[in-house]
Amino acid sequence: MAAGAPVGAGGTSNIYKGSGWKLLFPSWVIIGIFLLAPVLMMAVYSFLTKEFRGGVIWEFSLNAYDQFFFDRGLFGDEPPTLEWTYIGIFWRSIWQAGLATITCLLIGFPTAWFIATRKPESRSIWLFLVTIPYWVNLLIRTVSMKFLIRDTGPLNEFLLSLHVINEPLGLINTNFAVQLGLFYSYLPFMVLPIYAAVERYDFSLSEAAADLYASTWTILWLVILPVVRPGIIAGCILVFVPSLGAFLAPDLLGGAKTFMIGSLIEEQFKGNAGNWPFGAAASMILLTIVMCVLLVYARNQNKAEAR
Amino acid sequence: MRKLLASTAVALLALTAGAHAEGKLSIYHWFEYIPQELLDKFAEEYDVEVTMDTFDSNEALLASLKAGKLGSYDVAVPGDYMVKIMRDEGMLDTFEASELPNFGNIEDKWVDVEFDPGRKSSIPYQWGSTSFSVNKDVYKGKLDSLSLIFDAPAELKGKINVLDTAGETLTLASLYLGIPQCTSDRSQLKELNALVQKAKGDWASFGSDVAKDVLVSGDAAAGMIWSGFSAKARAEGANIEYVFPKEGMIVWMDNVVLLKDAPNRENALKFMNFLLDPENAAAVTNYAQYTAGVKGVGEFLKPEVANSPESNPPADQKGVFVQACPEDVQVLYDAIWTNLKK
Amino acid sequence: MAASTNLRRFPGFLTVTIICLFVLYAPLIVVAVYSFNASTSITNWGGISLAWYVDVFTGPEAPKFQQAALNSIIIAVCASIVATIVATLAAVAMTRAGRFRGKTLSFALINLPLMVPEVVTAVASLVFFSAIGFTTGLTTILIAHTVFCIPFAYLPISARMQSIPDMYEQAAMDLYATPREAFKLVLLPLMTPGVLSGFLLAFIISLDDFLITNFVKGAGIETLPTAIFGSVKQGIKPNIMAISTLMLVVSVVFVSLSWLIGRMGQEKT
Repeated sequence: MAAGAPVGAGGTSNIYKGSGWKLLFPSWVIIGIFLLAPVLMMAVYSFLTKEFRGGVIWEFSLNAYDQFFFDRGLFGDEPPTLEWTYIGIFWRSIWQAGLATITCLLIGFPTAWFIATRKPESRSIWLFLVTIPYWVNLLIRTVSMKFLIRDTGPLNEFLLSLHVINEPLGLINTNFAVQLGLFYSYLPFMVLPIYAAVERYDFSLSEAAADLYASTWTILWLVILPVVRPGIIAGCILVFVPSLGAFLAPDLLGGAKTFMIGSLIEEQFKGNAGNWPFGAAASMILLTIVMCVLLVYARNQNKAEAR
Repeated sequence: MRKLLASTAVALLALTAGAHAEGKLSIYHWFEYIPQELLDKFAEEYDVEVTMDTFDSNEALLASLKAGKLGSYDVAVPGDYMVKIMRDEGMLDTFEASELPNFGNIEDKWVDVEFDPGRKSSIPYQWGSTSFSVNKDVYKGKLDSLSLIFDAPAELKGKINVLDTAGETLTLASLYLGIPQCTSDRSQLKELNALVQKAKGDWASFGSDVAKDVLVSGDAAAGMIWSGFSAKARAEGANIEYVFPKEGMIVWMDNVVLLKDAPNRENALKFMNFLLDPENAAAVTNYAQYTAGVKGVGEFLKPEVANSPESNPPADQKGVFVQACPEDVQVLYDAIWTNLKK
Repeated sequence: MAASTNLRRFPGFLTVTIICLFVLYAPLIVVAVYSFNASTSITNWGGISLAWYVDVFTGPEAPKFQQAALNSIIIAVCASIVATIVATLAAVAMTRAGRFRGKTLSFALINLPLMVPEVVTAVASLVFFSAIGFTTGLTTILIAHTVFCIPFAYLPISARMQSIPDMYEQAAMDLYATPREAFKLVLLPLMTPGVLSGFLLAFIISLDDFLITNFVKGAGIETLPTAIFGSVKQGIKPNIMAISTLMLVVSVVFVSLSWLIGRMGQEKT
C-alpha cells in the first residue's frame, strides 16, 4: 500500500531533525520513571518464587513460566505436557478483542467520516456528542446496558409487546452481550483518531478518481482508506489492546463463566490464588505479544518512510 | 491560555486539600457495610476526622496491604479466616482487653474464636451465613438441600448464579459432597473437581457483587448469596426463600482488627470501643441486616431485621467457617478453580 | 456520473452514525429516567421524585460525593492537559525529526501504558511508590493518570500529523520562519483536530479509571469512580444515577459554553 501512498501520507519529514530526543525527553522521564521502572520490577518478579497469599520471595524461579506452558496434572506429578489452559484463555481474549475491534471499525469509520464531513464549526459538537456519554462511569454504563438487554428488561419487553419475538432473546450472559459491552466501552477510541485523520482528507483526490470513472466504493477503498490509514491503525490499537485486558464487560455482561486475560491476571493479585509471580509472568507474555505486533508495525512504517 | 489553565489547576488542587481536624482515623472497610451516619456520629463524639476506603474482597484487602498500604490505615474489617492469615503475616497489632472499656459486651461465644483466641487483635463486627436463595415462583419443590445448586432440578437449570470466589463456592461444594475442607485426599479432590465441572453446565453466571441484583431482576432463579444480602433482595421484591441446607452452610464473621503501624492507634481503639456499644452495633445490623456479635443489641433492632428468616436459622442448622488451608493444599484448590473457569 | 454524485456522502453512513449514537445514549436514558425514581431499586418504578437530587446535595454522603466529583474533574483536567502536551511533543519528534537512534524504542515506550494490564500497573505502581518512599495521595493519582493518558493522547495526534505533509512548514521556513515559529504558527493550527481528539480521549480515560486509582490513592482520598464503586457493583442506587445525570448536565453545559465562546471568537475576527 505504501508504494501507492498518495499526497498527504508522506508524514515523516526532517524539519526538526536532531531534536528528536529533546522532544521525547518528557515522555521518557514520565513514563520511564513511573511506569517502565515498576514494569521492569514486575518482570523481575515473574522470575522469583511466589510467597503464599501474595508477594514474592527473592529466590530465582522459573515456576511461573513453567505453570503457564506446562501441565503436570491436577496434583502436579504427572509428566509435563503442553498446557492449553492459559494459551486457551489468551487465544479466547485475543479473538474477542479482535472481533470487538472489527465491530468498532465498521461502526466507527462511518461515524468518523460523517462527523468530518459536517460544516467545520459543527464538527466539534459532534465530537463531543460521541464523548459526552463517557462522562458517566464505565461501570454505571455497563450496568445500565445490562439492565436494558436482560430478559425482563425494556428491550425484550418492547419487542415482546410488538410481537416481533415470542420469548425473550436471552442476550444476557452471552458472547454477544460481551461484544456489545466492549463496543460500548471503546467506540470513541476508534472514532476520534479516524476523525483526526479524515478531517484533513483532500476531496480533490476523490474528484480526480471520480473523473476517472471510479465508483463510490472504489474511491473509498483505493483512495480514501490509504490516506486515512494512520488514523485507522491508531484507532485499532486503542480498541484492541485495552479490550484484551478488559474484565468489566466479560464479568457483568458475560457472566464471568470463563477467565479472560484481564480476570486471570487480576485473580493472581487480588483473588484467592495470590500468585504474584504467575500474574507477572502472564502479563509479561501478554506484553511481549502486543509489543511484537506493535514493533512490526513500527518497523514497516520506518521502511515505508525510507523508500 | 495555558497559564490560565495551570493557575486554575493549582488553585483547585489547593482547594481539595481542605481543613483538617486534630485527631484522625483511617478505616479500611468493605463497601456498603457501615452507615455514613454512624461514622459521622463517631467523628462528632470524639472530634476525630474519619476517612474510609473500601475493598470488595478479603483477598483484595490482603493484596493492597501487602503491596504497601500497611501503615496508612488504623483499622480494617477482614473476615474470619483472613484475620488468621493477617495475624500469621504479622499485619496486626495487639491490645489488652482493658484498653476497651466495652470489651465485656462481646458475646461470650465470640470471645474465644479459633482465628483470634481471646480476641487479642480483633473485635466482632457482624456475622452471618452463606447459602443460597431460590425463587419460589420458578421452583416449587422442597428447599432443603445444596443439590439444588450442584445437581439442579430441571426448573433451575441454566438459571443459577454462583459466587465468584473460590473459597465460598468450593466450600459449599465440599459440604454437599460431605468431604472435609482443606483435604489433601486425592480421590476426594477429584470428586470435588468432577462435581463442579458437571454442575457448571447448569450455572448461568459467576458473580458476587451482583448476587442480589440477579435474584431481584430475575436473571437468575437461584443463587448463592449471603444471608443479609438475601434479606435485602427479598425487601426489594424478589419472591425468594433463603435455604438452610441439610448438608450445612458457611458461617462467617467479619471483625474489626487493629492494624500494625496504625498511625492513630488511640483513635482506632476508641472506634473499636464505640462499635462494641450495643446501640452502635445495632445501627450496623439495621443497615447491613446481618447479626451483631455484641450483647444487648436486641432493643435497638428494627423488628423486621431482628425477625428476618435469614438471620434466624433453625436451632439444629449445621454451619462451618471457611478454613485457611496450608499452602500445599491451597494450590490444589486453586487448580480446581482455574480448571473450572478456563 | 462524477459531477452529480456528492463525493462526501456514502450510502448508509448516516444510518450507521445514528445507530451508533443511539447505542451510546440508550443506557444513559435509563440512568437519567431512573434518577427520578421514587423507589430505591432499579427494578421497580415507584413514581417520579426529586428526592435523589436532594440527597446528592444534602444526604449523609453528600460531602463525600461532592469532594470525589471535584477530585475526579481536577485530576482528569490536569492529567489530560499534561499528557496532551507531552504527547504532542512526542508526536512531533516521531513524525518531524527524521530517523534517529532509539525511535522505535521510544514508540514502544510511549505505548507501554496501553499494553500493561491495568491490575499490573496498579500493583506495580503501589509497590514502586512505597519502595521509593513516595506518600500516596492526590499527587500519586495525578502521576499515574498522566502516565496512562499519554498513549491515548499520542495516537490520535500522531495519526493526524502523519497525514499533514511538511510542505506548509517548509514554505514557512523558506520565508525565514524559525522552526519554533513554523511549529507554532503553521503546524499547531493544522493539527488542532488531532490535539482535541487526543485531549478528549485522555480526559475520558482519566475520568473513568477505577482500578489503578484505587491502588495508588492515599487513604481517604476518593475520586468519583472509587466513591461510587461499591454502591454500583451491588446494583446502582438512584443517588448514583442522580450524580451521573448531573455529571452529564455539567458536561453538556461545559461543551455548550466552549462552543459559544468559540463562536464569539470567530465572529470577532
